[in-house]
Amino acid sequence: MLEETVIQRVLGTALRTGGDFAEIFVEDRRSSSAHYDDGKVEELTSGRDRGAGVRVVVGDTTGYAHTADLSETGLRAAAEAASGVARGGDGGTRVVALERQHAKAPYEPTVLSEEVDKRRKVALLARADDAARSAGAAVSQVSAGYGDSRRQTLVANSDGLLATSDVVRTRFGVSTVAQGDTGMQTGYEGVGRTMGFEMFDDVDVEAIARTSADRAVAKLAARPAPSGLLPVVIGAGRGAVLFHEACGHGFEADAIEKQASVYHGRVGEVVAGPQVTLVDDGTMGRQWGAYAIDDEGRPAQRNVLIDEGVLTDYMWDLLRARKAGRLSSGNGRRQSYHHLPMVRMTNTYLLAGEEDPAELVRQTPYGVYVAHLGGGQVNTATGDFVFGMTEAYLIENGEVTQPLRDANLIGNGPEVLSNIDAVANDFAMAEGGGTCGKWGQSVPVGMGQPTLRITGVTVGGTAA
Amino acid sequence: MSELLDLAFRVASEARAGEEVEAYVARGRDTEIVVYDGGIESLSSATSEGVGIRVVVDHRQGFAYAGSLDDQVVAETLEEARDNAGFGSPDEHLGLASPDGVVPVDIDLWRPELADLATDRKVEMALELEKRVKAGDPRIRTVHSSDYGDAMVEAAVATNTGIAVSHRRSSCYVSVYALAGDGDETQTGGGYSVGRSPDDLDIDEAADDAVERATRLLGATKPASARLPVVLDTRITTTLLRVLSGTLSGEAVLKGRSLFANRVGEQVAVPGLTLVDDPTNPDAYGAAAYDSEGLACRRNALIDEGQLQDFLYNTYAGRRAGVASTASAVRGGFKSPPGVGCRALSLEPGTKSQEEILAEVGEGLLVQEVTGVHSGVNPISGDFSVGAEGLMIRDGALAEPVREITIASTIQRMLLDVVAVGNDLEWLPGAAAGVTIAIAEMSMGGA
Repeated sequence: MLEETVIQRVLGTALRTGGDFAEIFVEDRRSSSAHYDDGKVEELTSGRDRGAGVRVVVGDTTGYAHTADLSETGLRAAAEAASGVARGGDGGTRVVALERQHAKAPYEPTVLSEEVDKRRKVALLARADDAARSAGAAVSQVSAGYGDSRRQTLVANSDGLLATSDVVRTRFGVSTVAQGDTGMQTGYEGVGRTMGFEMFDDVDVEAIARTSADRAVAKLAARPAPSGLLPVVIGAGRGAVLFHEACGHGFEADAIEKQASVYHGRVGEVVAGPQVTLVDDGTMGRQWGAYAIDDEGRPAQRNVLIDEGVLTDYMWDLLRARKAGRLSSGNGRRQSYHHLPMVRMTNTYLLAGEEDPAELVRQTPYGVYVAHLGGGQVNTATGDFVFGMTEAYLIENGEVTQPLRDANLIGNGPEVLSNIDAVANDFAMAEGGGTCGKWGQSVPVGMGQPTLRITGVTVGGTAA
Repeated sequence: MSELLDLAFRVASEARAGEEVEAYVARGRDTEIVVYDGGIESLSSATSEGVGIRVVVDHRQGFAYAGSLDDQVVAETLEEARDNAGFGSPDEHLGLASPDGVVPVDIDLWRPELADLATDRKVEMALELEKRVKAGDPRIRTVHSSDYGDAMVEAAVATNTGIAVSHRRSSCYVSVYALAGDGDETQTGGGYSVGRSPDDLDIDEAADDAVERATRLLGATKPASARLPVVLDTRITTTLLRVLSGTLSGEAVLKGRSLFANRVGEQVAVPGLTLVDDPTNPDAYGAAAYDSEGLACRRNALIDEGQLQDFLYNTYAGRRAGVASTASAVRGGFKSPPGVGCRALSLEPGTKSQEEILAEVGEGLLVQEVTGVHSGVNPISGDFSVGAEGLMIRDGALAEPVREITIASTIQRMLLDVVAVGNDLEWLPGAAAGVTIAIAEMSMGGA
């Protein structure tokens, strides 16, 4: 994307005022999307974003500047702006010897979306629309979305690192509205993978559409969710939003560094029962949160966060790792070249346990079974977190019975972790293609888990 | 003609016979400073620019954008939008705005002095804010981050259907996030101040807000579940209004996604509730002379004394509904085509202060923070369930703090349950104003 000599001169400019560390991040992103709504292709959108960000670190201070001008003049102007935070340099030029790093891509796409006829993308949407509308007379509206992106990045820094990456992602989702005597209800189902258009070789868009429609239609008969503390069984796959919020964000080293996490100082301690082993793994090919290198040039890793109930490690980016005198765990990510990297999750999942998932429900006299979750949110400093259920049922006398209307659940991370009393053997990754937001930046994350039970968590419905 | 308008106009002029072409061009520069523990943690500065091009031909629409104003990139973007239009479904209502004779208000959202503000002065403001929060109460354990940010944005939109407008705005803010606690307990609170120029920023107010919000939650417990009256603090009402704004979009109505469809003229809220979107109000954070399609913004009454009056429309939704655009086209920068939305949504304030409302409510809950609005509020079904923190109201005054609770109802029910609107209207960041409101009954989920 850039000549090595240009990179060296830009890094030299960035360090001229005395910075301890300098980095250039170059990004070229192409994306396309198509939106089908109300029985029509609303429009196709194509996008191109290309630019670079230069970071200069001096002591505990970071300077950052970004530009869409990738000429040497533009990049050196950004380097000068970023280096404004350092004022101790002698103005001399340091030459950084760059060593190209190679990291194995988690997955090699076989069909780049830019090579696919736009008609084929539109046809997928029309098929999904048809399938959702055929799911029942109550289906009153359908929208379907297709999106792909190709993100090529280059990272070089004053430690001599030079690494490049090329990541292709594809997603597809269907939203349905159903109308009945009780008003309107909604359903969503989607898939997102770090793959090219070949994703559709084994993704059935009609099945996705039907699941979305069934979810909306079933909720027409739903009663208000209960209000208060109840046992909750969370189904395999998407239920992992629970771990993402209950402890994932709290294990990010930037929250730890500022003592803004309830898990500060707890490495080596028991934080959950022995049936809980939690992993964050950026190397999982095809999964939505996978990549070869993070946005600081560090290869993705498989990191065990909780091992049989014991907190083993946090997740790290380059700056936090440097301060702690260790290596980054490959979790330094950014939304785009407009942003500074920070510690982020990749694919976070709970390993399978040994119990029969059906048994977890059978052993629960009264509670809630959550089949599908929307998003969530956490305050890492207090540990309180919410997650929203978008398909849920009442459990009565050990059986799944009536569907429930949407509601949030609220709990406290460390308490909920220690209240997980059973983990089943039906591990599944969530297919949804989730987006995680943190301090204004959004990145794709994956997640997975087997069915599990929490002895008590507050369900935020309106029924007594 | 400004440079950006000139560029937008040139792109629109490239329209071929039978084509309608719209170019939206934007350029901005921004600064963001984060301080921590008496020093600069990060200082980011940037300029950015981009173009979004919409082409309508044979009643089909295509869109493309690029984060560059380079001539060749802009030309490629126009070609890509043109190509994309070939794959859209034909819809006779598609088309670009054309001038409708409404005269734009004369509001100046640009403060040139912001561009001259030295970086050192910006850093000082963030440091000063951090210092004041730390000094505000001995129970403040740490300030997680204290920020100063500003942006100066210019944009232009031109079409070959007669639209050619440009506008610019400056904005700046300070914000702070504090952690309070002794022993094992931690509570958090945030404060901020926003304005168009540095003179508008009130550092004391931001500091006091963060200190009060974090410290008054200390000792919070999880109460038993109950149904009770709920008072929403100003910021929470802003959140509620943002949810409501989606249900009042004419596009949502046309597509069968609004719980207010077919209800114009009906009593959807209590008689004391009047809701207006008025971007021509210069006090509103989202004030604007033009909407995103280049029509002059205007005042739109949505709910009058509880009666549903009207929905909001952009050009497409208006044509489809057989009404004029209400100049409610909004877009998230140059990367998306215009949708429909509010800019300055506000309840008509009442006469009572928050204190008087608390006294009137007697027993209940004051909510100062909500979470999970994206995961627990369904604007189509109306189900409303969010995580909350706040203080119990006892004998008409604030009492013990509570946390790890949910509050739930439905949007439909809440509008009919509003028993008081405060006199403390404030324009907060975003598209809606804050004001204290009291709701007769909600479900509080707790222990």
